[in-house]
Amino acid sequence: MPKRVLTAGNEALAEGAIRGGCDCYFGYPITPQNELITYMSVNMPRLGRVFVQAESEVAAINMVYGAAAAGKRAMTSSSSPGISLKQEGISYLAGAELPCLIVNVQRAGPGLGSIEPSQADYWQATRGGGHGGYRVIVLAPCNAQEMHDFPGLAFDLADKYRIPAMILADGQLGQMMEPVALSQTTPQPPPKPWALTGANGREHNIVRSYLPRAGLLEVHNKHLLAKYAEIEKHEVRHETLEMDGAKIMLVAYGTSARLAGGAVGLARKEGVAAGMLRPQTLWPFPTGAIRSQLEQVAAVLVVELSSGQMCEDVRLAVEGRRPVHFLGRVGGGVPTVADILEKIREVSAAL
Amino acid sequence: MTTATAMYTRPKSLLDMDMFYCAGCGHGIVHRLIAELIDEFDLRSRMIGVAPVGCSVTAYDYLDIDFSESAHGRAPAVATGIKRSRPDCFVLAYQGDGDLASIGMAEIIHAANRGENYTTIFINNTVYAMTGGQMAPTTLDGQRASTCPNGRDPATMGHPIRICEMLDTLQGPSLIARTMIDGPAGVRKTKALLKKAFEAQLDGRGFSLVEVLSPCPVYMRMDPTEAMEHVRKNLSAYYPVKVFREPTE
Repeated sequence: MPKRVLTAGNEALAEGAIRGGCDCYFGYPITPQNELITYMSVNMPRLGRVFVQAESEVAAINMVYGAAAAGKRAMTSSSSPGISLKQEGISYLAGAELPCLIVNVQRAGPGLGSIEPSQADYWQATRGGGHGGYRVIVLAPCNAQEMHDFPGLAFDLADKYRIPAMILADGQLGQMMEPVALSQTTPQPPPKPWALTGANGREHNIVRSYLPRAGLLEVHNKHLLAKYAEIEKHEVRHETLEMDGAKIMLVAYGTSARLAGGAVGLARKEGVAAGMLRPQTLWPFPTGAIRSQLEQVAAVLVVELSSGQMCEDVRLAVEGRRPVHFLGRVGGGVPTVADILEKIREVSAAL
Repeated sequence: MTTATAMYTRPKSLLDMDMFYCAGCGHGIVHRLIAELIDEFDLRSRMIGVAPVGCSVTAYDYLDIDFSESAHGRAPAVATGIKRSRPDCFVLAYQGDGDLASIGMAEIIHAANRGENYTTIFINNTVYAMTGGQMAPTTLDGQRASTCPNGRDPATMGHPIRICEMLDTLQGPSLIARTMIDGPAGVRKTKALLKKAFEAQLDGRGFSLVEVLSPCPVYMRMDPTEAMEHVRKNLSAYYPVKVFREPTE
């Protein structure tokens, strides 16, 4: 039986990354993810693995680029403003098809904002974030167990598709303590014949995203698009709660999903047929799963710690066939379960 | 009857490609020196190069070793990631003056300060050449460039930055030296210094950097001979050619 520990989300994630085969960690301090870099500074060297506190977020993501190019499992973690600084590097990683893990324990913005939890980086995460048009796989944990389990999954997916993967958490998930069953899996990274190891008895390998000769870049981008289509086909993950007979479907992820889930339970007790669909991957987005519920549900309610960013993807999935309502708080505000229950009642009364 | 003997041939590690560098450019010369050293130290099977953004971004088209591009200025961070994760590999970063001394200033200082055990070749030709001859952090006072058409005015643009002197204030580096490509003697001295820098890394001494004052005839607005003359007379007057430090026995 796996060992269970009581731990905060940030440390659960750090230990999950270690057990998921992280060879190299590069980071820079920023709240609310400092427990993560601290945990790595203690435990990576102890295991003979690489830890470097970089001089900047920019340097950290480019160190990830170097270690990923060398074929290692590499990661960085930060929070919203730091993730903005990393975006150029993430674009290069995507262009050069380098697998890696980037963790964003979101805080509220824009600007320096505050260290309260937020989900306002959804657009940045799911639309690529940097320049040039690309995707990264985005996993959205909603408890300490998923904070612990998703790094290994992220490394596996990143290696499988040669793509950066991101875990999009928030300050609340990072700080909150919960019991976690520690992962017992043995990481099995695939062979990486493209990696830089020294050209020993083979042609030299080149890691690049610069393709200046006419037409080559378009061919490369089409290759990336085909890969993204494969990921959309095979790697969508979501969970449902109380969807049997549900007339109102809440859609929420991460911290919002915990609150929305609580409200769904209370609504059911009042006899309101509410249920929830929780995306675990934000890209690829569970468009098909949402669409397949539309025969049954009469209305959709999206709950987010933002002005309604994922709500746009839900509306694209619903295609105007059902009303899509929204409840959100911005700037570090968090709705209560009672707020969400009240909104469910409102939506129910209008059916 | 005499028998012809090849005295001087293409190094094995220098690929048989037409270089896209302009006539009289220093990059091709330094690439060749690198290739000679790769062969002499037999490094191909364990060497990884890091190419910058700038004219030498496609150095991997000419050098037959594993290579990574890096984002503009970030070669020291990329090299750190590679060397830390593969300490048995020999890592060479190749950077220009815009890349290293402007947008990448933070990365080079901190990599040097950590004493990262990799080698940097820093080509200083006092201009952003690939983008069309703009002012670089190393452009000389009064030197004309496309973004300082009346010449660099220190009153508003600052004076050119001396990188070796700056890095020489740190404790991390093992070797810091400046050399120049101004003719055959300069090329030979440059190779000797590069060899020392390679040895510093191979001996695990930590960060090594060789700055090469290098001609860019197109944006120095000179012919190739004049550009080498300019390197010898004017560049080396401001940027003294010397060994700032080297590993002690």
